[in-house]
Parts: sequence; structure tokens; C-alpha cells
Amino acid sequence: MLKTRIIPRLDIKGTNVVKGIHCEGLRIVGNPVELAKKYYLDGADELLCMDIVASLYQRNFDFELLRSLSDGIFIPITVGGGIRSINDINNALRAGADKVAINTHAIKNPALLKESSEKFGSQCIVLSIEAKKKPDGSWEAYIDGGREHTGIDAIEWAKKAIKLGVGEILLTSIDNDGTRRGYDIELIEKISAFSPVPVVVHGGADSPESFLDVLKKCKPEGLSAASVFHYGDFSINEIKKHLRKNNFPIRA
Amino acid sequence: MKNIAVIDYGVGNLHSLLKAFAGFGVNVFVTEEINKIKTADAIVLPGVGSFKSGMEGLKIRGLVETVKNFAKTGKPILGICLGAQLMLGKGYEFGELNGLGIIPGKVVKFPKLEEKIPHIGWNEIYCEKSKWENTILDSVEEKTDVYFVHSYILEPDKKENILSLAKYGGYEFCSAIRKDNTYGCQFHPEKSGRVGLKIIENFIKLI
Repeated sequence: MLKTRIIPRLDIKGTNVVKGIHCEGLRIVGNPVELAKKYYLDGADELLCMDIVASLYQRNFDFELLRSLSDGIFIPITVGGGIRSINDINNALRAGADKVAINTHAIKNPALLKESSEKFGSQCIVLSIEAKKKPDGSWEAYIDGGREHTGIDAIEWAKKAIKLGVGEILLTSIDNDGTRRGYDIELIEKISAFSPVPVVVHGGADSPESFLDVLKKCKPEGLSAASVFHYGDFSINEIKKHLRKNNFPIRA
Repeated sequence: MKNIAVIDYGVGNLHSLLKAFAGFGVNVFVTEEINKIKTADAIVLPGVGSFKSGMEGLKIRGLVETVKNFAKTGKPILGICLGAQLMLGKGYEFGELNGLGIIPGKVVKFPKLEEKIPHIGWNEIYCEKSKWENTILDSVEEKTDVYFVHSYILEPDKKENILSLAKYGGYEFCSAIRKDNTYGCQFHPEKSGRVGLKIIENFIKLI
């Protein structure tokens, strides 16, 4: 049986892993290479590495950093932040990425999703959505690391991107990011209800219970978290044990 | 030192594959040169992408016969993901196409399942245990999870060429193939953590 993936997320700024609340107020939490290694050894099923200012500052992901980070790590790595062209994707894959997550430049140029999924295969292209709830109850997609609003409906955008060929969706709730109040069930339900491609959710995980809660309610294929692992409250293994105990398929 | 040629035919991420092999103290190198491939002690055919682009990549570089002849020498070959699929006779991604035909069989799309396609993630491999002795799966635990990313599956003609199985959405499929010293893994050993490294170590031991 296919296992639900537990995916630590490293938000990278410069040479540091940082963590904010609602994607803002960033604090340094550690060294990317060391944290990646630690999470690999702790039993992570995959790693998510996001350069959270690359798009904002219009620069590229630091592929040298990625190269050192991926050395000695034998699980899949998804890389995001500033990916804007076929050439960027090539460079990311050559530096050790298995998948790339695209947000800002997919919204600015949706054709990039079609072109890249045809070239590298859908399995390689992840649509990253950073969504925030609007007063009218709908969700809006944000870009530039959760800073800029777009006026685009996040749910409609997901549907369109799936048609363009993306093989996975990384869904971040800006409202819940860093708040540790649990995953944004309402938002996740909306996307996982129709998505024919795997959905990885992020934002708000606080305890083994929050992982269990979202699994019971929405069945996403991947559960991503940052603070809960960075601040050492629960290890990957503790969370996995809790989910296994509750009969969810999790890799030992 | 053992020389292992990873064949470069224009397909994607080789970083972790090279690191995994190098960790076992072998001389691993990426090449598309026929002579370097011929004289290697073992070859690895990696790959992501479509069956069509994979075969075209080999053809353009004049490597189809090189790989086929290498198999005849009895030296070990490891195909990974698309590289494993190319070992079979025919593929059906973008029309019917000839593969390398080192192992009789074909590559077909997953049947329509409740589950999402591509099959991405960690899933168990299993088989009659005796089949794994002295192969790349030697001493790998039954029902170990390994990492898969694929939409097409291996269908060897003969049962004896099935090295392991896996199940997705209730559908059982072949997750690794073997004929003599030619191996193909639908999953990615270089992405499968400690178990994957064990499989790579086992492959090196075949030399």
C-alpha cells in the first residue's frame, strides 16, 4: 500500500533555514545542510527546500547550496523558489532536485507549466499554491513568498494548472503558516476533493494530533511541516508512530 | 577498482545515483562513449521521461547495440525506472515502440484505478523470498518500502523474470525484473534511503 509521506520543509533565506508566521517575521532556525541531513536520518520520506525570497528578489535558487545539501541524502528532494524557466529546472535537477515547485512564475506565465511537464514529465513539476482566505470565503493565490496578492482564485488556479500538466500540488495555507493551530482543513478539503494528482499540504501543523486530524478528514498524499520539527517538539518518528498506531499507512 | 558506467542519454537527475555508488568506493562515471561503456565492469541505465524519448536518446548516440551486447557478456546491468522499462521488448507510450528487448516483455500504462496516477511515493515490494537470494535484493526485508515515480509498468512475458512485485490501488504489478545479470527496478534505489543503498551495494557485489 502506498504510504502517506511526512515531509519536513526548509524555508531558506541566504545560507539559513528560517521560519516565519503567516510567511512573515522570519527567524533563523538553523543550517540547511545540517537540518536536511538530520531529517533524512530521522526518517523523512521526502524533503522540501524553498528559497523564500528568490522570486521576490528576482534571483535563482542557490544551486551550489542545493548540491551540498543533497549530498548523502537518498530520499526525494523538491526544490522551489525563483524557478522561472526550463533552464532553471534543468539546473535544479542537475544539482540534486527530483521535483521543482513553481508558484510565482507559473502565475505570471502559465505556459511554463505545460512546457516543463511535457519536457520533464508531470511527476517532476509541482504547482505550489500559497493561499489566503478572503472575507467573502474564497481563497486567493499569493506570490513572492506569500507577500503579493494576485486576484486569482486559488481553487480555480489549481484546476487550470492540473490541466496544464502538473503532477502534484503543494498547498500552503498562509493563514495557518507558522501559527501551529493545525492544518487548514477547510482549504485542503476544497482542493483534495477534486485533485486527480497528489496533494501535499502545509501550514499549521503543531502536534501528532494535527497530522492525524488532516489525514482523517482530507486524506492528502503528503504532510509537510516546519516549526514542529525545527523547534524539536516532536520528532518525525514520534509523529509517524502516532499515525501508524491509528492505522494509517506510514513508512517505518 | 570496479568501473561502473552510468549511461548518459540525455535524461535528468544523476546526482544522487552517482553519490550512492561513489559511497561504496567504486569508480563511477557518466558517459555516452561506446568504448568506455564496453570496457566497464557494470553499467547503469538511469532515466526519467518517456519510453520514446529514452529509446531515441540511445539511438542518437548509437548505444542500442552497445547495451544489448553488454548484456550478452554477462556483466551486470542495472536499469532504473525508465532504464528498467527499456530492457523490455516493447513500449506503448506515444505509440508502439521497440525497446532493447534484453528481457522479453512489454511496458504498459497502469490500468484505470481508483488511485491517482502517476504512482508516486513509498510502497512495499515483495515476492517469494527464495527468489531474492544472491540478487540485488539479497537480504532486503520482505515488504520493505521503496520509492516509486511512474505511470507505466513492467510486464515481463515470463514469470521467471519477475524479481519483485508491488501493489497499487489493489492492482499487483511487477516492481523489478531480472534475467541473468541484467536487472531493472521500477523504483529508485538511489531515492529509497537505507534499503536503496543496500540494493546498490548488492549490485556492486555482482561484479
